[in-house]
Amino acid sequence: MHLPTAHELSEQLNRGETTSVKLTQQYLEKIERTEPRLHSFITVLGHEALAAAEASDRRRAYELPKSPFDGVPVAVKDNMITKGTKTTCASRILDNFVPPYNGTVVQKLQDAGMIVIGKANLDEFAMGSSTENSAFGRSNNPWNTDLVPGGSSGGSATCVAGGQVPWSLGSDTGGSIRQPAALCGIVGMKPTYGRVSRYGLVAFASSLDQIGPMTLDVEDTAHLLKMISGYDTKDSTSANLPVPDYAEEMRKGSLRGKKVARPKEFFTGEGMDAGVARVVDAAVEKLASLGAEIVDVSMPHLKYSISCYYLVATAECSSNLARYDGAQYGYRTEGAKNIVEMFSKSRAEGFGAEVKRRIMMGTHALSAGYYDAYYSKALKIRTLLKQDYDAALKQADLIVAPTSPIPAFPAGAKADPMSMYLCDIFTLSLNLAGYCGISLPAGFTANEGLPVGVQLFAGAFEEVKLLQASYEFEKALGVVGSRLPAVVG
Amino acid sequence: MAITIADVEHVALLSRLELSVGEKERYAQELSDIFGHVEELNKVDVTGVPPTAHPLPLKNVFREDVIQPSLPNAEALANAPAKEGPLFKVPQIV
Amino acid sequence: MDFEIVIGFEVHTELKTKTKVWCACANEFGGPPNSHVCPVCLGMPGSLPVLNREAFTLALKTALALQCDVPRITTFDRKNYYYPDLPKNYQISQNDKFLGTGGYLEIDLGEAGHKKIRIHNIHLEEDAGKNIHPEDKNVTYSLVDLNRAGVPLLEIVTQPDIRSKEEAAAFMTQMRNFLQYLDVSDCKMQEGSLRFELNMSLRPKGSDAFGQKVEVKNLNSMSVVLKCIDAEFDRQSDMLRNGERVMSETRLWDEVKNETRAMRSKERANDYRYFPDPDLVDVDITPEIRAAAQATIPELPLARRRRFEEQYGLPAYDASVLTASFTTANYFEKAVESHPSPKGISNWIMTEGLAWLNKQPEDTTIDDFPVKSAAIAELVKLIDTGAITGKIAKQVFPIMLETGKSPAVIVEEKGLKPVDDSALGPIIDEVLADPRNEKTIADLRGGKAAAMGALMGAVMKRSGGKANPATVTPLIRKKLGLE
Repeated sequence: MHLPTAHELSEQLNRGETTSVKLTQQYLEKIERTEPRLHSFITVLGHEALAAAEASDRRRAYELPKSPFDGVPVAVKDNMITKGTKTTCASRILDNFVPPYNGTVVQKLQDAGMIVIGKANLDEFAMGSSTENSAFGRSNNPWNTDLVPGGSSGGSATCVAGGQVPWSLGSDTGGSIRQPAALCGIVGMKPTYGRVSRYGLVAFASSLDQIGPMTLDVEDTAHLLKMISGYDTKDSTSANLPVPDYAEEMRKGSLRGKKVARPKEFFTGEGMDAGVARVVDAAVEKLASLGAEIVDVSMPHLKYSISCYYLVATAECSSNLARYDGAQYGYRTEGAKNIVEMFSKSRAEGFGAEVKRRIMMGTHALSAGYYDAYYSKALKIRTLLKQDYDAALKQADLIVAPTSPIPAFPAGAKADPMSMYLCDIFTLSLNLAGYCGISLPAGFTANEGLPVGVQLFAGAFEEVKLLQASYEFEKALGVVGSRLPAVVG
Repeated sequence: MAITIADVEHVALLSRLELSVGEKERYAQELSDIFGHVEELNKVDVTGVPPTAHPLPLKNVFREDVIQPSLPNAEALANAPAKEGPLFKVPQIV
Repeated sequence: MDFEIVIGFEVHTELKTKTKVWCACANEFGGPPNSHVCPVCLGMPGSLPVLNREAFTLALKTALALQCDVPRITTFDRKNYYYPDLPKNYQISQNDKFLGTGGYLEIDLGEAGHKKIRIHNIHLEEDAGKNIHPEDKNVTYSLVDLNRAGVPLLEIVTQPDIRSKEEAAAFMTQMRNFLQYLDVSDCKMQEGSLRFELNMSLRPKGSDAFGQKVEVKNLNSMSVVLKCIDAEFDRQSDMLRNGERVMSETRLWDEVKNETRAMRSKERANDYRYFPDPDLVDVDITPEIRAAAQATIPELPLARRRRFEEQYGLPAYDASVLTASFTTANYFEKAVESHPSPKGISNWIMTEGLAWLNKQPEDTTIDDFPVKSAAIAELVKLIDTGAITGKIAKQVFPIMLETGKSPAVIVEEKGLKPVDDSALGPIIDEVLADPRNEKTIADLRGGKAAAMGALMGAVMKRSGGKANPATVTPLIRKKLGLE
């Protein structure tokens, strides 16, 4: 038995074997059963989802479905703006915020007839790697609920891995889709910056953020990516490029003869869990066995990616999060005597510790006297990092990397911020370069039986190439659907 | 480089965050650690390297000057913690 | 010790677009509070800015017209500071790759000649909303209207080239006029679509060094700016004479006390932490974009002034006065179009029109003058064709101003038509028969040409000013047999 994928559900709906109402009810029941143990959601949209499902079934009965996935449930991370539905970013400062508009991606899901069934938990404002930073409590890893699911898209990972929804959307600023996907044993993709509109994605770091699919298999990723991609006149940074039929194109490639770069800086073994390393090494061998040529390369500036990332991301976040001040919306402290007090207290009471830490880091990095040493320097290192990527991708079609140095870890194990930041050592450079990448389930650690992910990266807007390789790689790895987690809806 | 309590207080004022004494001490320590780590960037020679502020080299994205409907006042103010008539209400500014 | 004033301006002008700079809400003054707002200009989470093409084009047009160096690439930055009328708590502005640098506005100082006021930079940014402070002293809150938040704002920063209050006044009126010629802004100071912020320092006369400059905000009219210059001159010169140091700071104008006051320390904590706005992309000012903006630049004041001299044969003084205001120059040309008598029309505008304008509030233009250009043209035409005399015209004009009626109608209604020549004969006969004029008549016969003036005056008096001087003279000569 395996968890049904969205493309399987789509076929069942198309064949009339089930209805959207039935599916939605089933998933709502699964959520009800497992939610106390997983805590994937901040908001579950019971009534709204069922009403949408009824409308979907009417379309299938009397009109035309809006898309092959009309009627299929989906969850979105709670940093995506949903009109009329609370959007909290897992922060106290937005715990009562009901947006008067829809984000572009959510609108696209609804335009495809999909049923938004819940708003998934996350680290507050997507800042974290464990989902422990949620103001509404952490999410738990379905493979072992004592462990964290990773983050920041932890809820989006647990709801898919735990069978509460067939698929979901996360957002990835420095690995926030790929790392929890790896820790929960699912597929997670960060598209190229500009592929998916950011309009309605609550900004953490605007030059790094990107929405992407979190699914049970590569085929679902291809379908969901197609649905959310495309040019948006409301996002100046979205790319005006056609959207291929990814699921169709995905089947047309072969790894045979492809060159896959293996950057030595990703494979030093330093800080790497031995069990994870074994699984990743085996996966790389599998690539070779499929006929890919593994090319050893060096990307010398990768070692600076954490420093570079935390300067760029926090600088942008310090400005992006300035708007939460209790004036026009969101949490406001009681009884402030003047405006400065209202701002300072509302923000102090509304934000959690990690968010405050990053706002202060970013403010410091941009402040007079430090700008050149920190922010400006980081932008130059970013150029060098990007050049490393370009050089590697000139020598090879793809890049292979581990996703996380460690498997899922116990809650509270990474109290020191620096140790938490190290969780993203293999993921965040990709966001700085802006290119696309995917984490695939590569296997399980021998001792704990915890999922391990492996990443493939490709250049700008090379999602087709990435998915072609992933589709074949996934089949060869044979991990998807091979085991069920401890908690399954 | 070490971040002092005074640095934290300055940054907290700029970012409008009221901090307790304990928080100031904790953040001074944590920010010192993190910015200590970041010092590694000084090892890199960036002479002549241009900055990358945008991952994609996009240019000239414009919107035409055509009016679209605004939000009804009630919707614009629906999330306001305090309002008076059609206006947002905040504690006194001056 | 005598001090010299050193002044630079920051000119803020709201651009005349249909929509705001980052979103499609209407850019419209007035309207119920918070009625032109959307997720973008409310700074709601998840919203993103997209640059208004027209706003950019108007800004570029201004930069080019001011002879600025316009780079190939211009970018937007965030200026970070907390204020409730700025919902994002950062203003999208430009701080690095400005739209324009260098350039100048050449101002006319009358007898003192011309002076170039150099421009440091010109950049495009967004306006903030409006904070409303209830008048009631017991009220402990403020109210916020965000209709204006996100309106495109052009900032022109000058070099500290201004050396007197007179130069400051000339700069402000001529900058406003320049922007009106360009048709990029309404330039209404009362509505806030044109604002001047002042940087001012003093130095001992003859010195080349710059003193500590003080920035003053909250100046909502040109006359307030001029008052502020006086107040700051007194304050700063007193300090310097007493051996105190002037602090480099931002001060606010206090309308009640007519003086500037320091901002409080928390209002002052400004480290704006500018950095490139990651939500907006570079603008590449290609030769095509540049040429298209250049092509929209109309005739500017200096060129129009020269044309007025050449095309209409106006004296230099008339041309300079008329073109000193875009609307006045337009008014003149419209009047001349319906009756081609440039000097006559110019005289009426310069005396009556500008006299009226000088008594009106600052934002008033000749377009608000109750006597429209067509009416002025008609009046001059009546004089030129001899239908009325200049003297009668002087009686007609106040009625036009008061009633808005056309001069022909007024002449008709008030019976101010000139005495026709047949009625003139008896009047002249009476004058010539009057014994008091005997000596004058003798003088005239004796060849004293000036004596005609006295006889003419007598005829005019007797006719109630309605006699046409052009016909009176030959008639007198004829009757006296002098032909």
